[in-house]
Amino acid sequence: MATEPPSVHPLPELSRKDFVTSNDVRWCPGCGDYAILNSLQRTFPELGVPRENFVIVSGIGCSSRFPYYMNTYGFHTIHGRATTVATGIKVANPDLSVWVVTGDGDGLSIGGNHMLHLLRRNLNVTVLLFNNRIYGLTKGQYSPTSPFGTRTKTTPTGSIDHPLHPLLFALGAEATFIARTVDNNPKHMVEIFKAAHEHQGVSFVEILQNCVIFNDGSWDPIYGKESRDDQLLILEAGKPLLFGKNKGKGIRLKGLVPEIVDATTAAPGEILIHEPHQSSPLYSQLLATMGLPDFPTPLGIIREIQRPTYESLIHDQVEEAKAKKGSGTWKELLHGTSTWTVEG
Amino acid sequence: MTPIIPGFREMKSVVVRFAGDSGDGMQIVGERFTDTSVTVPNAIATFPDYPSEIRAPIGTIAGVSAFQVHFGSMTVLTPGDEPDALVAMNPAALAVHLQDLVAGGLLIANASAFTAENLAMAGYESNPLDDTDIQKKYEVISLDVTGLSVEALKDSPLTQREKLRTKNFFALGFTYWVYSRPIEPTIDYINSKWAAKSPELAAANIRVLKAGYFLGETTETTRNRYMVARAEVAPGIYRKISGNEAIALGLVAGAKKAGRDLLFSGYPITPATGILETLVSYKHFGVKTVQAEDEIAAIGVALGASFAGQIGVTGTSGPGMCLKSEFIGLAISTELPLVIVNVQRGGPSTGLPTKTEQSDLLQALFGRHGESPVPVVAANSPSDGFRAGFEAVRIALEFSTPVILLSDGYLANGSEPWKVPEEDTLPEIVAPFADPSKPYVVFARHPETLARTQAIPGQVGLEHRIGGLEKDGKGKISYDPDNHGEMTRLRAAKVEAVAKTLPPLRLTGERTGKLLVLGWGGTHGAITSTVEALRAEGHEVSSTNLRYLNPLPPDLGDLLKGFDKVLIPELNSGQLCMLIRARFLVDAISLPKIQGRPFKISEIRERVLQLLND
Repeated sequence: MATEPPSVHPLPELSRKDFVTSNDVRWCPGCGDYAILNSLQRTFPELGVPRENFVIVSGIGCSSRFPYYMNTYGFHTIHGRATTVATGIKVANPDLSVWVVTGDGDGLSIGGNHMLHLLRRNLNVTVLLFNNRIYGLTKGQYSPTSPFGTRTKTTPTGSIDHPLHPLLFALGAEATFIARTVDNNPKHMVEIFKAAHEHQGVSFVEILQNCVIFNDGSWDPIYGKESRDDQLLILEAGKPLLFGKNKGKGIRLKGLVPEIVDATTAAPGEILIHEPHQSSPLYSQLLATMGLPDFPTPLGIIREIQRPTYESLIHDQVEEAKAKKGSGTWKELLHGTSTWTVEG
Repeated sequence: MTPIIPGFREMKSVVVRFAGDSGDGMQIVGERFTDTSVTVPNAIATFPDYPSEIRAPIGTIAGVSAFQVHFGSMTVLTPGDEPDALVAMNPAALAVHLQDLVAGGLLIANASAFTAENLAMAGYESNPLDDTDIQKKYEVISLDVTGLSVEALKDSPLTQREKLRTKNFFALGFTYWVYSRPIEPTIDYINSKWAAKSPELAAANIRVLKAGYFLGETTETTRNRYMVARAEVAPGIYRKISGNEAIALGLVAGAKKAGRDLLFSGYPITPATGILETLVSYKHFGVKTVQAEDEIAAIGVALGASFAGQIGVTGTSGPGMCLKSEFIGLAISTELPLVIVNVQRGGPSTGLPTKTEQSDLLQALFGRHGESPVPVVAANSPSDGFRAGFEAVRIALEFSTPVILLSDGYLANGSEPWKVPEEDTLPEIVAPFADPSKPYVVFARHPETLARTQAIPGQVGLEHRIGGLEKDGKGKISYDPDNHGEMTRLRAAKVEAVAKTLPPLRLTGERTGKLLVLGWGGTHGAITSTVEALRAEGHEVSSTNLRYLNPLPPDLGDLLKGFDKVLIPELNSGQLCMLIRARFLVDAISLPKIQGRPFKISEIRERVLQLLND
């Protein structure tokens, strides 16, 4: 713990500009990261957290430059390992609001193992995974989320790797909050970031993000102007799964698989209602696997359930030990359980 | 045949080795023998030697587990070279260990385990207990340990299988009789361990222990018995401590003195796991522990904790060090405090995971990318782990740097009595956080230590970003060529500045002379014992041990100049020797040993005498 007393001053009014640093932002012009940065800078003042309690931790990659552009505490760590550093920070000081910024390569390839364990432990931090399906900082190699057959500098005849699905990965690790948003919808991003922050437990947010240089237009078939009405399924808790122009289409279950139906003629109760709080992962998986070419891509909170957080369990054990044995004294530490005395 | 002398033969010190199948409970009886002997009191040192297989097939050579105890009425600094007595619970244990037993030594064998099947598994064509050469060379006591144990329990409700498992206490009881040790401490131990859970089991073990002891008294009175007088031990409060426990304790003590909580994050690896296993019971000291998903995560978690204002520590062995090295680079670049404990074992790769070696010294000093110096501290005995752990925390915090603490398998598992220090004899550790009322410059340096001052999340107005990219003195990312040179120089100068805080070298012998035996880490006991004995015989030889490997103590250069020859015994191919030759242009002579085992005093003695006589 800090030797400083915890800050007890009244929360100053914070605004977006309080979270802007003087560093020049060095992403490529037109990069999706700008919109994400802007949305996060708009989100933070509204969370009721003093600025000094925010920590942004990143690994390596384009997205991982993020901490330099946010006027909070920040740690730009090493490739794939931001999740581990975030774990140490949050366990050391659970009062902090810890955000991990990562990408598809950083978070799911080199850092896949750590991501898995962060999620299953349910550390109360938020993971923003910028998924652009390409290695940008190293100038255009395929990533673990690149579709099969993707041609890049290292796969001139097409990638033969079956891509990893970020949401299914998070679900497999039993993450307690799983959501998806897009870099071209700031309003939706802010809404999801707030919900992720409010969730007590690990929050995994996939952001479909455009790499303007090495994978431009990768998500256009889903969120481009032409396609988004038919291809985006905006999730709202308690509301039916409707999409398409004028919400004319809906999703219903046929056996264990989803099916698209005409919402205008569907029977009452036939369309699935979005229930992110179900503890069974079956519905979450159904949503997570929906996407091109047969289904719209869901956006929003896929799953939100409650489980004790890792850092609170650690702190509970420390407090229990103190309650049971009393705070350890020097004598107890040095003498241990068994000593003998040699007389002079 | 060793002549029988009535009464007791008085010995200055005795080495007893218990050896048996890994399921025979040899570690337990070794520990009991140790705990009994410290209460006499005797000076003592121990060395467990167990296989990496948890349960190799019963009766095989691979499954042999041993525990050596060295106890004496004089200073004991090593677990001893060759055992004076060997307790062999089966033929495989005999096959592995008999070669070490001194001529004329006592061999207590569990004759009932010397069956045709067991003899074959151990590679014997005939029963060695019947071998007249062996009977001539050693004092052989062949006992039906298994049968006598079961016989002693004929009225016990235990199953036959449970009865058989008590036989280690029979062997222990008999050994207590031979060495006139009290059996009460062991009875207390058995009661505290089993009486509540299973009174029958406790009673059975006590009965068998006594049966072993009384066998000596009633039927074996023509045997030699040995006595080791009380040692002249400095008055004070003592506890028995292993290297891993001592390091854990030193880390917690350092954190307490610095006013920071300790977060230890590790991944199970032999022989370092004991540190994590010890620290989990220190939660009421505010210690938090994380068993991470791998070695990399373990150091990442520790570094995160340090960034947040605690003292992060991780512990591992050689293979884990390789995995952690990228993170050590980040800790160097961001100048955060961190302690990385490396309990060395035989390498490379999986190597000899349960055996000892000192072969990671150069890795600790240089095994990273880029110019990346870190302070390196080494424990020199099991109990010295306390001071070494404390020092590692001190240097990490006062110099805002990762510190590597080297131990080894021999120290980790070995144990010795430790005179408990008074809290007020421990130095304060001063590493304040940044003052929020003043402007914060991230990489501003303390004028003497060159350490940077940490501001931690939660401190108002000190928000800042750090990372692995090169930065300038203000913490801004910088690709400027001159700045990179300057920052590299400053990071190295900061590590060098640690030297000013190091105590003078402690010497055995004179400051000048014919030969200096220079060691580091766990060879301290063997080297000191050798040199003390040789000096008592009138030889002109001195020795010292390096606790600090980086930076080297400032008085080392002058010391080396005062000797005609310098001998460096190491459990590697000559890593310190290479360093000393390079740094001081001294024609140091290496005494390497790479067998997964610590030095014997005789090995060092022989080389020293050669050099003195050249």
